[in-house]
Amino acid sequence: MCFPESIEEISAAVGIACRHRVPFVARGSGTGLAGGATPVGDPLVIVTTRMNRILEIDAADRVAWVEPGVCNLDLSRSARHLGLHYAPDPSSQQACSIGGNVGTNAGGPHCLRDGVTSAHVLAVDVVLADGVITRLGGLAPDTPGYDLRGCFVGSEGTMGIAGRIAVRLLPDPPAVRTLLLDFASVAAAAATVSGIIAAGIVPAALEMMDAPITRLVEDFVGAGYPRDAEAVLLVEVSGLPEGVAAEVSGIGQVGRDHGARHVRVAADDAERELLWKGRKSAFGAIARIAPDYYLHDAVVPRTRLVEVLARVREIAAAQDLLVMNVFHAGDGNLHPLLVFDAREPGIWERVHAAGNGIVRACVEAGGVLSGEHGIGLEKRDLMPLVFDPDDLDAQARLRDAFDPSGLANPEKVLPRGSRCGEATRAPEGTWV
Amino acid sequence: MSAIEDVARSVERAAAVEITGAGTHCGIGAPVVTEGPLTRVAAPAGIVDVQPADMTVRVLAGTPVASLAAALAEHGQECPLDPEDARATVGGVLACGVSGPRRLRHGPLRDAVLEVRVVTGEGRVVRGGGPTVKNVTGYDLPRLLVGSHGTLGVVVEVVLRTQPRAETGRWFTTTAAPGELRARLYRPACLAWDGARTHVLLEGHAADVDAEARMLDLVPTASPSRPPGAHRGRISVEARRIGALATRLRDLEVTWLAEVGVGTVHVGATDPGALDAARFAASAEGGWLLREAGAPDLDPFGLPVPNSALHERVRAAFDPLGKLNPGRLPIAQVQT
Repeated sequence: MCFPESIEEISAAVGIACRHRVPFVARGSGTGLAGGATPVGDPLVIVTTRMNRILEIDAADRVAWVEPGVCNLDLSRSARHLGLHYAPDPSSQQACSIGGNVGTNAGGPHCLRDGVTSAHVLAVDVVLADGVITRLGGLAPDTPGYDLRGCFVGSEGTMGIAGRIAVRLLPDPPAVRTLLLDFASVAAAAATVSGIIAAGIVPAALEMMDAPITRLVEDFVGAGYPRDAEAVLLVEVSGLPEGVAAEVSGIGQVGRDHGARHVRVAADDAERELLWKGRKSAFGAIARIAPDYYLHDAVVPRTRLVEVLARVREIAAAQDLLVMNVFHAGDGNLHPLLVFDAREPGIWERVHAAGNGIVRACVEAGGVLSGEHGIGLEKRDLMPLVFDPDDLDAQARLRDAFDPSGLANPEKVLPRGSRCGEATRAPEGTWV
Repeated sequence: MSAIEDVARSVERAAAVEITGAGTHCGIGAPVVTEGPLTRVAAPAGIVDVQPADMTVRVLAGTPVASLAAALAEHGQECPLDPEDARATVGGVLACGVSGPRRLRHGPLRDAVLEVRVVTGEGRVVRGGGPTVKNVTGYDLPRLLVGSHGTLGVVVEVVLRTQPRAETGRWFTTTAAPGELRARLYRPACLAWDGARTHVLLEGHAADVDAEARMLDLVPTASPSRPPGAHRGRISVEARRIGALATRLRDLEVTWLAEVGVGTVHVGATDPGALDAARFAASAEGGWLLREAGAPDLDPFGLPVPNSALHERVRAAFDPLGKLNPGRLPIAQVQT
């Protein structure tokens, strides 16, 4: 394991790994859920936590250069006095690193309107898999040739390691309002999500919590979430004041049309922050009822939310597991939490069976395997659920183009046998 | 789908392929060159599935942008591709990587593409990305294909992200400094500066648009026209260097219009030599000029593709025989 302090040191470490034919794995804060940064076998682990400097903030052009170990929330904090912020805000933003965000193309509640990490990364100085340092993308709007920057973002350390990152900052909105709507059924809440979009409103964030997690969070934070609701929606709108006011009233109307029991509009910033604290503390609150949880990340078309949530409950019930849902409803990004005690004999088999069933249910509903955490190890062998052999072969060739020696995080993202030739050589049944 | 299979079989049988759309951007990129027979291939057209509640649309790549816009308008939505000539096909706009004038607010073209289906140089139909608005399942093929000039695959079908159309979208003009406009307006859709005046596109709630216009004494006007001239190009430069670039362009026989905050500068000239001079000015400010029309003797890109070895490997991953639009995007060398 090594802790480089500069991009040159990352390059040197990768160079040594290459000379000795040792695989290498980049690691930021280790908050990813899919195991993209988990070492498999005996690789060189290159940890970027010591590269935590914000190198430059250009307030006029709204661009920041950062090192990969910079904590996500620290960037927005550092730009706050300039009236700017970095839009992607994963729930782990107090701990996760920008470099890790680039690796997984991370999201967060506020990516509904403004897009996930890739929409905010302008340039990356990377250490390629052979140790060469080069720039992908740039601060100019277009570069000649292919969008290798776009390709690198979300590649989970399989195409090289980010050593310096230029991100776009957004101006803070002049007006922000946060609403809490509560419902007697999950179906009514989900119908409200679709109704808001159908009304031509794209909120900055649109989050849902089901009954079990809402009660738990309320006990933990005391934000005034209704303990008897079957589902709550946390909705944020932002922009210029008249448009925001119209959207607040439009969302309230859509909610009431779909049977919302209460529409609470936060009166001030303190109340807004309290409501958000509830949402962002959800994972921590689980410790109050069980020592362990398994958090999933999958996406379905938002019009299929109701049926998929019902399937998730059935699947968990069949394994006798408690499931809680707190997720980015606006973009259909589910986060079912399976809550358990790992000391219980045989529990892991049930948790994995339920998790697998949930992902399959999402894919059957027209969804994808991951919304913001990536494929990593966890979902690698599920890739054939969404891609056919030609699709996987193309991805494998693309990866080989970046990493001909195959040393960059080799066990991740693509299942064994993704290369068409390789499939015929591998023993039957190894990759499906 | 059989139309897509037909494209795949054509590519598989061909010695070399030139991909055609509506021909509205045919001045972009180098001419296709091949010694043997050349097969022309076009993507099928048609809107497959509009999903307004999911804010997505699945469309065959040969569909004209105007048809797509009309289909989305029925649902009060849009996808801000905005090519100058709306006869352009969706696939053509994507392959040429031409972002529209509202990029300042709505982002570059590459952010609008969720899923692609392409026919690779070996005639395989490959899908990348996914149909949902959020997705990190596998590598980002959609972004890779945007601006690839048809050298990685024939884009045959895409899923695009859509958005509700703003209640109001109005153009204004002002002589205020563009930097001040950028600092004081909240996320305008476009700031188009010609060195004297700035055209401002404001989108949103009517009362907010009016209030911002009043605050800065903006005067209603029509949308600005692109710089005229038979020889045209677009400069890409760091947004902070547009002022310095403008100083250089003022001395040349060109007209220009800069997208402030983005770094795109549209240039038009009646003499191809003047476009070359604009390229020199761009390069002095760290930028580059893409030829878009005319100036046949001008190198199409004007600078070598960076990371050429990596580029060549990526190209070979999708088109190992070099069949697709051969010569269109010169990777290894640049003619001077």
